[in-house]
Amino acid sequence: MISRASPLARFFSREDEVKHSTQKWITLVFALSMVLTLGACKKKVAPPPPPPPPPPAAPTASLTANPSTIEKGQSTTLTWETQNATDVSIDGIGSVQPNGNQSVSPTDSTTYHLVAKGAGGSQEATARVTVTQPPPPQPQPTATEEELFNQNVKDIYFDYDKYDIRADQQTAAQGDAAFLKQHPNVKVTIEGHCDERGSTEYNLALGDNRANAAKNALVQAGIPADSIKTISYGKEKPFCTDHNEQCWQQNRRAHFVYQK
Amino acid sequence: MNRLISIAISVLFCSALLLGQQDWIRTGTGLGVEKVRLAVPDFKATTPAPQTSSLQKVFDDTLFYDLDHAGIFDMVSKSFMPTQAPGAPPEVNLTQWSSPPPNAAMLAFGNLGVTGTNLMVQGWLYDVKNTANPQVLGKQYTEGASEQAARSIAHKFADEIIFRLGGGINGIAETKIVFVSSRSGHKEIWEMDYDGGNQHQLTHLGSIALSPRISPDGSRVAFSGMTKSGWEILMYSQDLGRLVHFPNVGGSNFTPAWSPDGTHLAFSSSRTGDPEIYVTDSDGAGLKRLTVHPGPDVAPVWNPKTGGQIAWAERSLSTRLPQICIMEADGTNQQHVTDEGFAVSPSWSPNGQFLAFSWMRHFGPGEPGAQDIYVMDVTTHTWAQLTHGEGRNDFPSWSPDSRHLVFQSSRSGQEEIWTMLADGTQQQQLTTSGSNYEPNWSWK
Repeated sequence: MISRASPLARFFSREDEVKHSTQKWITLVFALSMVLTLGACKKKVAPPPPPPPPPPAAPTASLTANPSTIEKGQSTTLTWETQNATDVSIDGIGSVQPNGNQSVSPTDSTTYHLVAKGAGGSQEATARVTVTQPPPPQPQPTATEEELFNQNVKDIYFDYDKYDIRADQQTAAQGDAAFLKQHPNVKVTIEGHCDERGSTEYNLALGDNRANAAKNALVQAGIPADSIKTISYGKEKPFCTDHNEQCWQQNRRAHFVYQK
Repeated sequence: MNRLISIAISVLFCSALLLGQQDWIRTGTGLGVEKVRLAVPDFKATTPAPQTSSLQKVFDDTLFYDLDHAGIFDMVSKSFMPTQAPGAPPEVNLTQWSSPPPNAAMLAFGNLGVTGTNLMVQGWLYDVKNTANPQVLGKQYTEGASEQAARSIAHKFADEIIFRLGGGINGIAETKIVFVSSRSGHKEIWEMDYDGGNQHQLTHLGSIALSPRISPDGSRVAFSGMTKSGWEILMYSQDLGRLVHFPNVGGSNFTPAWSPDGTHLAFSSSRTGDPEIYVTDSDGAGLKRLTVHPGPDVAPVWNPKTGGQIAWAERSLSTRLPQICIMEADGTNQQHVTDEGFAVSPSWSPNGQFLAFSWMRHFGPGEPGAQDIYVMDVTTHTWAQLTHGEGRNDFPSWSPDSRHLVFQSSRSGQEEIWTMLADGTQQQQLTTSGSNYEPNWSWK
């Protein structure tokens, strides 16, 4: 009986279901026939004609993803269980154990599709993993850099109808260069501005000279020229619209703009 | 007669320029130049339709304005005229016009009427002292009846009269002026008739458009516009009503100028990091640099008579202020023609003789200096002042007949477009809506 019970015990033991799926059917048939035979002996009744063997059990399958929603770049765990299956596969993963789990990180929303095949047929199970786009990168670091730019980078002011950087503006120019050296990823646009006097067309050219004078000062201090753009506004975009020297000086400048 | 008037025009300018060192010049009777005395009575209506009277007023006003502003006529005041104006040759009493009070030498008269949808105008020009054969000109015009047609016919008839009595120089009544206006909220390129009529917007950049320059054949307008890549020379096609391609050569590009044959453009480009004058073919190919000079070089203009020279504004290394310069069109023989104050915005007269420009002669600390329009004889460098301290005056541009200038003035309280005769008289405001800048007169 032990030798007979053992195959039965094994039949109901979950661990070895897959490995011995073929063997277990043989064992099952053998065990059942033994039970019937022994019973018949005890009752000493003429044996009825042997019943046909029961049809093989249909496989069962389940597949879950936990969590079912992830952000792009994160992973989720697929867990599946099957019964009565000899061949289990998941699309995109391939053949797998009858029961198991696996970590996956799809880049787009994906429906995982499991097929469990056995002698009793096949069974399918699906699990949907929804992939969401990650939130836009935190603006915090950029804003900080721009804030630092606006706190540290100083405009350069010019004398009337001049575009050379005068002595009292050298400190500002050096400070600007030092900041840009410490922040090599920052790109800057230098706007050249003029006061309202003079002539629109001439002032555009003069503003261009002012913007380029400021750019040249940065380039000479070691800032790469391709990180600096220049544009002249002439007298088209004044900072101050009064008609006096204090206001005009405000408008004669190279204005540094953080380039997003 | 024509020769006499032609000589008179030359005398007018020479006399003006001989007196150039004075602050104020006047030409006309005081200089011995006699203008043709012209009588232009209202035209006679030939149809009673109510529409006729409104179109007749537009026609009469336009014709009188055109002839009054031609610069070559002494116009007979309408109050001096006989009460019955002639509408056709049989109705003319020559003696009535040639004797005082009208005392006219010439009489322009005619009739107009609306038949169906058409406006028909007949006009004559009579030499009233030539009793035997007075007719100088007889014209008939028919156009679809509209105010625009009434203006257009008046301009055409005026130009016929001016051509015949003005030394064979074409009149300007049919010419256009392109300019910059901010009335739409952005500085865009606009266009109007020479008398300020028919103002309409050409460009819709939505940024800043400046320095429009109409091509010699009138088909295109080159200008400087701010785009995503910076200041570019842009090209507007009058035929297509939109921008057409013009290559961007890099840097900031300002103040285009057409060669008189329309085959080349000169402009200022800072592609090297410093604004210099360049020349290209009119399609932008064949870029050639003309100036090598630190600091602003801007606002080139060709000698429209010869195409052989270019004037421009350059920041002088000695005065450290902009001065007017002239060079050969290949960049050689560069020389300053002004050497004091702040001189910008040159415009070369179509006859090749004169440069008009904007000048703050007295400029420096403690000398704010008025910004006025001046005219300089290119050969002798003698000059005459045309505006006199009323607001800031800038961007003169010559009319094709070399008798008029259009310019920008702030005298009304904001920048507007004005015209005047080239002797500084008959200053006339053309724009009143928004601020208006940088006028450029068409070539014909």
